Amino acid sequence: MPYTVGDVVESFALPRAGGGEHRIDPGAHAATIVLWTCNHCPYALAWHERLQSVIRDYADRDVDVVQINANDAEKHPDDSFGAMVARVEAGDFASDYVRDEDQQLSKHWGAKVTPDVFVLDRAGRVAYRGAPDADHDDPAQNASYLRDALDDVLAGRPVRLPETKVRGCSVKWIVDDQPNPYI
Amino acid sequence: MTSPIPTSDRGVEILSWSGCPSHDDALAQLERVLASIGRAEVPVTTRWVETDEAAAAERFVGSPSYRVDDQELVPAAESESFALTCRVYRRRDGRFSPLPDDADLRDALLAALS
Repeated sequence: MPYTVGDVVESFALPRAGGGEHRIDPGAHAATIVLWTCNHCPYALAWHERLQSVIRDYADRDVDVVQINANDAEKHPDDSFGAMVARVEAGDFASDYVRDEDQQLSKHWGAKVTPDVFVLDRAGRVAYRGAPDADHDDPAQNASYLRDALDDVLAGRPVRLPETKVRGCSVKWIVDDQPNPYI
Repeated sequence: MTSPIPTSDRGVEILSWSGCPSHDDALAQLERVLASIGRAEVPVTTRWVETDEAAAAERFVGSPSYRVDDQELVPAAESESFALTCRVYRRRDGRFSPLPDDADLRDALLAALS
């Protein structure tokens, strides 16, 4: 079943654009952000800088971050591993950017769109799931949903808004057996 | 020889894919921009593109796309592939967006509907 708020997630490791792998280990960090994104989606691109700013702003708060691209690169070449590496080398990412090539992890988690944000607490529990903020088109929103969730997790409080509606491009499945997020 | 379509009969077609959430915003933007240039009477229709085969046949580079007389109002780059996807636009201030800049859409409509 896809993860929802309150579920405890399983650890995973995925290959990083740029070499090596990134392993999620929530117990080793005060908070963990698992973010589905991609290279070609206008919503992911519109929110991108706001999200990288959050990652940089919380870099000294023991927050682990992984950004995952799972899109079918055959139909969407802009999302190929090579294109991911190019963006990493260009300095576009403030954290590891990893590839879910067979999409099994993304289906297991229930990732729907890009961007799709999960925040985990130290117990590995999903404390927040949803959009970065209320409006991709308004930079002043400043990823407030995500920042509020991180502040609450880091303070040991319940997240004030634990779930919001995601908005973005559907994940591009190789075998499209997932529900359309907008129907 | 085919007669040109009379200006008064021209409509704007939005090509959309249901996997992208931008259609309602695109429709609202188009109607707002048409009104701003005094052409609120121009008919607007939607054509849904829902399969890879249809995307290739329609030369659909993403949702939403806008056409008048089957010509793209905001042409895509040559490198764009035909696929079920949300289309990436650039605003005049450089920001990425799922919709075109109002000014680009306005200029394209003025040219296409003149």
